[in-house]
Amino acid sequence: MQERETAERADNPVVKDLGVTLFQSKGPAAGVPRLAVLASALLMIAGVGMTPAVAQQPSPSPTVAAPLAPPAPDAAANVAPDDPQGATPGNDTAPQEIRGGDGPEAAGADAYQPLGPEWIRGVPADPRQDFAKALTFQDQYSNTGNYALWMHNWVLLPIIVAITLFVLALLLIVIVRYNRRRNAVPSKTTHNTLIEVVWTVVPALLLLVIAIPSIRLLAKQYEAPPENAVTIKATGYQWYWTYTYMDNGEFEIISNMMPEEEAQARGFPSHLEVDNRLVVPVNTPIRLQTTAADVIHSFAVPSLWFKLDAIPGRLNERMLTIREPGIYYGQCSELCGARHAYMPIAIEALPRPQWEAWVRAQGGTLGDEAEAEAGAQPAAVPAATEAAAPAAGAAE
Amino acid sequence: MATTADAFQAHGDVPAHSHADDKPGFFARWFMSTNHKDIGTLYLMFAVFAGLVGGAISGIMRAELADPGIQYLGWWVSLMGGEASLSANLHMWNVLITAHGLIMVFFMVMPAMIGGFGNWFVPLMIGAPDMAFPRMNNVSFWLTFVGFMSLMFSLFVPGDISGALGAGTGWTLYAPLSTDIGSPGPAVDFAIFALHLAGAGSILGATNFITTIFNMRAPGMTLHKMPLFVWSVLVTAFLLLLALPVLAAAITMVLTDRNFGTTFFEPAGGGDPVLYQHLFWFFGHPEVYIMILPGFGMISQIVATFSRKPVFGYLGMAYAMVAIGVIGFVVWAHHMYTVGLDVNTKMYFTAATMIIAVPTGVKIFSWIATMWGGSLEFKSPMVWALGFIFLFTIGGVTGVVLANGGIDDALHDTYYVVAHFHYVLSMGAVFSIFAGWYYWYGKMFGRMHSEFLAHLHFWMFFIGVNITFFPMHFLGMNGMPRRIPDYPTYFQYWNNVASVGYMVIAASLIPFIANIIYAHTVGRRAPANYWGEGATTLEWTLSSPPPYHQFETLPVIEDHHSYHDHMPRDPGVATPART
Repeated sequence: MQERETAERADNPVVKDLGVTLFQSKGPAAGVPRLAVLASALLMIAGVGMTPAVAQQPSPSPTVAAPLAPPAPDAAANVAPDDPQGATPGNDTAPQEIRGGDGPEAAGADAYQPLGPEWIRGVPADPRQDFAKALTFQDQYSNTGNYALWMHNWVLLPIIVAITLFVLALLLIVIVRYNRRRNAVPSKTTHNTLIEVVWTVVPALLLLVIAIPSIRLLAKQYEAPPENAVTIKATGYQWYWTYTYMDNGEFEIISNMMPEEEAQARGFPSHLEVDNRLVVPVNTPIRLQTTAADVIHSFAVPSLWFKLDAIPGRLNERMLTIREPGIYYGQCSELCGARHAYMPIAIEALPRPQWEAWVRAQGGTLGDEAEAEAGAQPAAVPAATEAAAPAAGAAE
Repeated sequence: MATTADAFQAHGDVPAHSHADDKPGFFARWFMSTNHKDIGTLYLMFAVFAGLVGGAISGIMRAELADPGIQYLGWWVSLMGGEASLSANLHMWNVLITAHGLIMVFFMVMPAMIGGFGNWFVPLMIGAPDMAFPRMNNVSFWLTFVGFMSLMFSLFVPGDISGALGAGTGWTLYAPLSTDIGSPGPAVDFAIFALHLAGAGSILGATNFITTIFNMRAPGMTLHKMPLFVWSVLVTAFLLLLALPVLAAAITMVLTDRNFGTTFFEPAGGGDPVLYQHLFWFFGHPEVYIMILPGFGMISQIVATFSRKPVFGYLGMAYAMVAIGVIGFVVWAHHMYTVGLDVNTKMYFTAATMIIAVPTGVKIFSWIATMWGGSLEFKSPMVWALGFIFLFTIGGVTGVVLANGGIDDALHDTYYVVAHFHYVLSMGAVFSIFAGWYYWYGKMFGRMHSEFLAHLHFWMFFIGVNITFFPMHFLGMNGMPRRIPDYPTYFQYWNNVASVGYMVIAASLIPFIANIIYAHTVGRRAPANYWGEGATTLEWTLSSPPPYHQFETLPVIEDHHSYHDHMPRDPGVATPART
């Protein structure tokens, strides 16, 4: 088993080439002056807990987002991103010609071209460009992600900030009022049944308040995918991912990290961009399965609130529905050996017709066309997801 | 009470020269020691040394993480005798995080709290002449020491699939990264052997503490009169006794998978990698309470002493620790939320984990209630204790966030988790260790430290750890995974800040070391009870340092109804009380 994997690794030119490019450090020149950093850190420690994180409002209906207008002769001109936050920081080197012809609609519904940097949606924020956004979670683009983000921002965060400030206030009161100068004679109190009951029961009630949305979130995350969900198997290898399209002729995509220089030259984030993305249809339930060939890996995409370990000998499964077309980045999130830092995940969500074109271009089949068409109708999706039966965790 | 009669009159005199203070020669005293105080000192010195090693390793890590790219790892590979190449350099990173975790958990926090302060003060606080099994006590220490040697040895033998040196599995040693599939070299065998040795030492120590506490309390000291530090060590000892054998079993199974062809964790032979994680975390979660419970005990003693008030809600405090210990055994899978647990399992572990917040909250509020109405004196141990309470609260509330299985899908294995457990350990456990260090330094070594240096140490450390670890919450929420030496440029800013914070932490060790030098050069001799009337436990009835063999005549703990009757009004009569 091991010989086979080693051979695969050796066959893969990108893995071999990484060595040269990754050695080059950016050096501390790109850093911020240290004192300024220190000062702002102190400010943040003082004030950040109160900053309400921007809540991502769920889209009212799972329709395809605006930038993907129906194909038009001058579509290429409309490709400019309507969302400046989606643009990659530091992509000033991106050649214009790549950006120009890169919209999924640019070449018509039947051809496929990889999305360009203006389609990046799920990516970390850089504090040097958007300080507030870098203090919290990435914007969420999946059904469960929005609920989870809401729960964190409006249930958990207020409660934990309040508790911390409450304890801090009590400590300050004690320090000011009950020091030796102001209170030379200590009291003799060692018991107070009422207050002991209160500080046991009130936290327990607070936990109940947290538990209700928490359990609800878990139930949502474990909703079983409908019959017509697109099944994709992600397999972790040391150190790359392969994606097998189980319903589409089982063709396989090998996804390696794009070398740093190439990514930068093309305007994509280095360490996150890959050579071949995991291309999926948008607004369609995806039955994402994870497994691994050697050691444990973890398939994680922060902007979709998704993380599922890829474990040898096991097939984990979870439903994923992406709400907007775009590119969503993640990284392997379980220590898997030397190049653990260098096996990113890049998901490209396309409207159904473009995705189908891509599948055909890969030599894949679309199987039962009628069934696939039904899956493309967004309205049909939620109805089929009533059952919340546990689907994951089943051993293969 | 013969040995305690003169204690409160001691004015810097060396202890009376009696046969109680006859010490063996140097080698017999320090290498064949059966004296709980000497063994405690050995443990403390060992913990300080291991802490400096583990801290230096985190310095390498913070230097590497200050900016994206690989900067310093190659240099370290060469220094350690390896051949620098990209994969060797990246493997070196994994070796560093593994060593940092194992050293800090098994060779710094545990030896300092249980081996060091536990050995020193459990017998003193319960009025016992020594531990129940003095020679086994010696064996415990040297097993720990040899375990550390084995871990150090693992750094110089091949580890991963490319033959790079050292064990790079993370402190969790997850199979199959730790089996012959991920780490064929012998380094992991040595790391596992290190854990076996340290674990055996801890199990022996735990039996010793349990026996001592159950059988050797002074007349009149019932379980419900024991100082809370003794309670904390008792609960910790039970956790060690029940949890460590499970770790031993799990890593033995890894060893046989590696060397004897078994397939416990190898799917090709019907095994399951997730089984390893269940076994590991069945040990691993009690382990985190093993690391913090003695700290809870120390903070209780210190808060009571410097408030000049007994601990509020003594029984609640004691049984909160018991509750934390018990619940600590039924929440382990919250470390495994992403392995593909069943939805009901995940709901159960979410609920069970959150319940731990209740007894923990009881402790936080009881410490505050102890101070409420007190007469607070801000000596260095108290300042560390106040810092502990606040920072442990922050670490606690982020724990409540992480307890939610659904929320954890975004935070699992990110820097948010790193921030969380450093707030409870690097600020919880370590703050309590420093609090105990300054609280008992004069008692242990007979010389007083400098309060100025101790306060300086506190403020530098407090500022440093917050600059280092608070930004990690932002990194984690934004999606930065743990255990990576190189990262996208988005994460550069806060990593840079964190590395600046590390420099402040490292600088705070200067006043720490200077204080030791100060104490033994110009520091005044410590009187028996240098903290005054708030310090009521039995160790303060003895000279500083205590005689080599104390309590040859057992002290008698009298029954009192209200705390103030315990206060030693007449300096000639020491009537210790629980706090």
